[in-house]
Amino acid sequence: MTSQLLEMKNITKVYPNGVVANQKVQFSLSEGEIHAIVGENGAGKSTLMKMMFGMEAPSEGEIFLRGEPLKLTSPQDAIDKGIGMVHQHFMLVPSFTVAENMVLGMEPKKGVGINYSEAVRMTEEMSKKYNLHVNPKAKVEDLSVGMKQKIEILKALLRGAKILILDEPTAVLTPQETEELFRELKQLKEQGHTIVFISHKLKEVKAICDRITIMRAGKSEGVFLTRDVSEQDISKLMVGRDVVLKYDKISKPYGSDILSVNELSLSDETGKALLENVAFKVRSGEIVGIAGVEGNGQTQLVEALTGRLSVRRGSIAVKGTVIQGYDIGRIRSLGVSYIPEDRMRQGAAKEASISDNLISTQYRSKEMNSGLFLKGKTIGKLAAKLIEDFRVRCSGPAQPIGMLSGGNMQKVVVARECSTSPDLLIAEQPTRGVDVGAAQFIHQKLIELRDNGSGVLLISADLNEILELSDSLLVMYEGQIVAYLEEPSKVTEEELGLYMLGLQRQDDGQIRRAVES
Amino acid sequence: MSSLFDVIFTTEFAFSVLRVTTPILFAALGALISNRAGIINIGLEGIMLVAALTGVIASAYTGSAWLGLTGAVMAGTLIAGVLAFFTLKFKTHIILGGVAINMFASGGTVFILYLLSGDKGSSTSLPSKVLPTLDIPLLKDIPVLGPILSGHNVLTYMSILAVFVVYYLLKRTPLGLRIRSVGENPQAAQSVGVSVVKVQYTALLLSGFFAGLGGAYMSMGYLSLFTRDMIAGRGWIAIAAESMGRSTTVGTTLTSLLFGTADALANALQVLKIPAELIGTLPYVTTVIGLVIYAVSESRMRGKKLKEKG
Amino acid sequence: MKVKYFEVVRTAAVILIALFLAFIIISLVSEQPLESIRIFLWEPLNTKGHIGNVIEMAIPLMFTGLAVSLLFKANLFNLGAEGLFYFSGVIAATLAIHLTLNSFMHPFVAILAGSLVGALLSAIPGILKAKWNVNELVSSLMFNNILFGIGLYILNYKLRDAQAFAAVSFKFEQTAMLTKLLPGTRIHTGLIIVLVLIVAAHFFLYKTKWGYEIRMTGANREFAQYSGMKTAKVIILVHLIAGFIAGMGGSVEVLGMYSRFQWSALPGYGLDGALVAMLAKNNPFSVIGAALFLAYIRIGADQMARFSDVPAEMISIVQAIIILLISAEQFLKFWKNRMLLKEAQRNV
Repeated sequence: MTSQLLEMKNITKVYPNGVVANQKVQFSLSEGEIHAIVGENGAGKSTLMKMMFGMEAPSEGEIFLRGEPLKLTSPQDAIDKGIGMVHQHFMLVPSFTVAENMVLGMEPKKGVGINYSEAVRMTEEMSKKYNLHVNPKAKVEDLSVGMKQKIEILKALLRGAKILILDEPTAVLTPQETEELFRELKQLKEQGHTIVFISHKLKEVKAICDRITIMRAGKSEGVFLTRDVSEQDISKLMVGRDVVLKYDKISKPYGSDILSVNELSLSDETGKALLENVAFKVRSGEIVGIAGVEGNGQTQLVEALTGRLSVRRGSIAVKGTVIQGYDIGRIRSLGVSYIPEDRMRQGAAKEASISDNLISTQYRSKEMNSGLFLKGKTIGKLAAKLIEDFRVRCSGPAQPIGMLSGGNMQKVVVARECSTSPDLLIAEQPTRGVDVGAAQFIHQKLIELRDNGSGVLLISADLNEILELSDSLLVMYEGQIVAYLEEPSKVTEEELGLYMLGLQRQDDGQIRRAVES
Repeated sequence: MSSLFDVIFTTEFAFSVLRVTTPILFAALGALISNRAGIINIGLEGIMLVAALTGVIASAYTGSAWLGLTGAVMAGTLIAGVLAFFTLKFKTHIILGGVAINMFASGGTVFILYLLSGDKGSSTSLPSKVLPTLDIPLLKDIPVLGPILSGHNVLTYMSILAVFVVYYLLKRTPLGLRIRSVGENPQAAQSVGVSVVKVQYTALLLSGFFAGLGGAYMSMGYLSLFTRDMIAGRGWIAIAAESMGRSTTVGTTLTSLLFGTADALANALQVLKIPAELIGTLPYVTTVIGLVIYAVSESRMRGKKLKEKG
Repeated sequence: MKVKYFEVVRTAAVILIALFLAFIIISLVSEQPLESIRIFLWEPLNTKGHIGNVIEMAIPLMFTGLAVSLLFKANLFNLGAEGLFYFSGVIAATLAIHLTLNSFMHPFVAILAGSLVGALLSAIPGILKAKWNVNELVSSLMFNNILFGIGLYILNYKLRDAQAFAAVSFKFEQTAMLTKLLPGTRIHTGLIIVLVLIVAAHFFLYKTKWGYEIRMTGANREFAQYSGMKTAKVIILVHLIAGFIAGMGGSVEVLGMYSRFQWSALPGYGLDGALVAMLAKNNPFSVIGAALFLAYIRIGADQMARFSDVPAEMISIVQAIIILLISAEQFLKFWKNRMLLKEAQRNV
């Protein structure tokens, strides 16, 4: 083995809210390797990397670079030491051009101003050197996700990064874009760079990494040579049990139509189509999945379904009631529940108690209200019951929800949305950023709802989840439904990738089956 | 009605528009810089007040108007620094922090004024200086334009210069790029080693600097003394102007001019037989109307973005 | 030391630091600092009359503190209580001068009118905020100036008693004035009104669905919206209630403390209400203590200005420090972090 380039010893990190993210973690990096850090969400991978990149300071423990102790107080320190990071959420300024984003923080000067043409030249030079093609004068907000990632990598390289940390780089990419990224990474490795690759996708890890550090619940479970361990071995160490998602679903004939969407079209202010002739239905006892790379109209579809976007062309009906012009309150009163994509923004009120968060969709009902006052006892009982049923780990219903971990917070959101026995549940990325245990639990609950006769519309970027849970599957690409798949569990990820990337499309007849079957 | 037009369509009125726009414009440019860095400076009003008093005191004790100006600007920057320290270091809520600054200023200036002059109302007993006015050669002889544009206080010309400086600063300099990046995506800025806190410090200090100039103008140009609560909401009007100007230099300048016109109108109309109490509300009424127009058009645009043709 | 006591300890620490700073300022400007500090701390509690003064001053502060607490609770940074307080006072004064009613109905009608006017005027920035997201802080401050201008106009042109030496209104009818509760002080029935109001506000906020909607809208408006609440209505409702309370405060103050309307400047209780709300952490019951504390240091400063050489405006510096520190999340946070770290390690 080559020399240790970077070592982290006995790292412990406690966040101000009391969450222990890392506990006595060991990590070492050899020169010229691609080193994977795997672990489920919340295992502490990102925290560890933030400390390596100077964004967070360890509460205890030390970091060494080439044997020298390393004290990082800011990302700038890390950059100066040749450490670069590509974040999961891109760190780009949308209104700036590629070149402006490239030079931000190290602007070439002409007098007191910025030498913009020099910035463009630098970008072009880097782009050529590393074979990562970008247009320096394009505005970042107009670029694709894959392109933005290239800019991020170039940014790190321009700043002299020899160690490159990639935080779940493939989460937002199509399978094809992922392959392209892997080619680029291998090339970087050949040029002498060391890469830290954070992921929870074991196939990818096996495909390109030399060594693997496995993390679980804030601790490191060991370092392995990739060729020595199988995917099953890794997954066991990651969660202590097999993660393979397999659910027993009883097959029952579907009931009546709960949701029917017809010829729904929508465009933005520039006239660009966001949704085009979207048509499908959800029946009682059915989970309909919507797959697609993010930003292909899923968000707008959900916004239209939940009354945030008003629809001019096409129709949406819930149990036969056309809901055009309804606000979300009225839509909910028809028996619709909605698990939003972003629990911090919409799904929960952080400072409010768990109990307050649990009743937000039903505090108006007769059971909770005696005319003037809320019925404290009934609410208390309901909260206690839901906390127990959903195994929310907390100190009690009065605890502010913001103190909970992501998984437990999401359980509260799901508990609330399921507790009203909805006829239709719209679940948007229901397990994003949630640990595997909680995710499985949430999946069980969705299946339970379906078995009890609710219709579920599941929008998810997690292919595993969507293939396993859905009874039928729609694929969206550029605002259109490009495929309707009746047996999702038999579809391979590659096949799905072709639809998601728009390389393949079913004929209209096949797609129409989403409404007509 | 004709008397109203007699008042407005005069070179004196146009001159007075520039005269009363000056403090609003300075403060609005300050608001612009801090807002672009993603941090709203609610304390502008108080900063101007402190600067106005400091200018009077410093010029009275040194005998130099220029040293007074320097003192005023330093005081403005210092108070902004205090606000920055609390909001950025101690994470004081930025709005409440600004409220505190204003509270401090309105009482603190009277406190200090009383200690120094024994008077709680105004600084008449202090021999403070006034910044000079400039007659611009050639320009002053041009009819109409001359009387409007020439003969202003030196700070009025500086405020116009400041518009160009701020424009260049935000658009073309590394600091401007960083300020804008911090305002738009602070994580992005931080990830490339731009210290968000440092940039926001700088932006707040700059906003204090400009508000300080505005404050100095109030007591050493607009008037020749300090009076209790003499800023009279101009700091707030500046904040409204900045948001109505859609956080652009050009827009902010134009809206400042609009509010300045309302202010000048309020002054000019006092010669008519309308009660001064009511006329005095004109700039505030204009500001509210301006804010509403801005907000309505904003929400229309948002609505358009969402709805648009189905 | 437990983490949950943190907020209490922190508030106490802020107050101590602010007082300490007050001592430093006094020492710097006073010829006889010890005597000044003694007056500052002791005089407000020294005589029945002075204690009365503290309570008298706490009454308007409780009104505005409660109004601002409700707004802050809904995450609305509206400082319009100042203008409403003033303007409703003008309305109540007008009715106190011009109506002829018995001594129960007269203040009742005048206060109710003042409160309703406060509610209606407060609704304007509320509606602007709810419908078009007009910044309520700036609009409410502009409204303060506008309402002051109009109020002053009414005072000078409609109510002014030309016989009097100062710019004051005609005398109120005797029937309009509020009854004094305690002989030897000016404490009036407004105290009972505001205490009842505080209890009502507590139940409203924590036990009714409207209160729930206000709290959720304040905690996260998008969440409330997503849950199906009509947040625009909630925002208007909370503005109406806060305006009503602020307006009532102004009316009660005018009828309880004066026999003529005589404010020729904004009295400042609205902005002080923001300070009270912050000290009380927007909790109705805590408003009582916060208002009493603020009144105490105010009366202390007034006494000091009268009997020593320190001007009362010193207190605004102390207040600014209190606001800066009390709303400073990070202040003493290191200490909380250490406690959390310890607790976490104990649990591991």
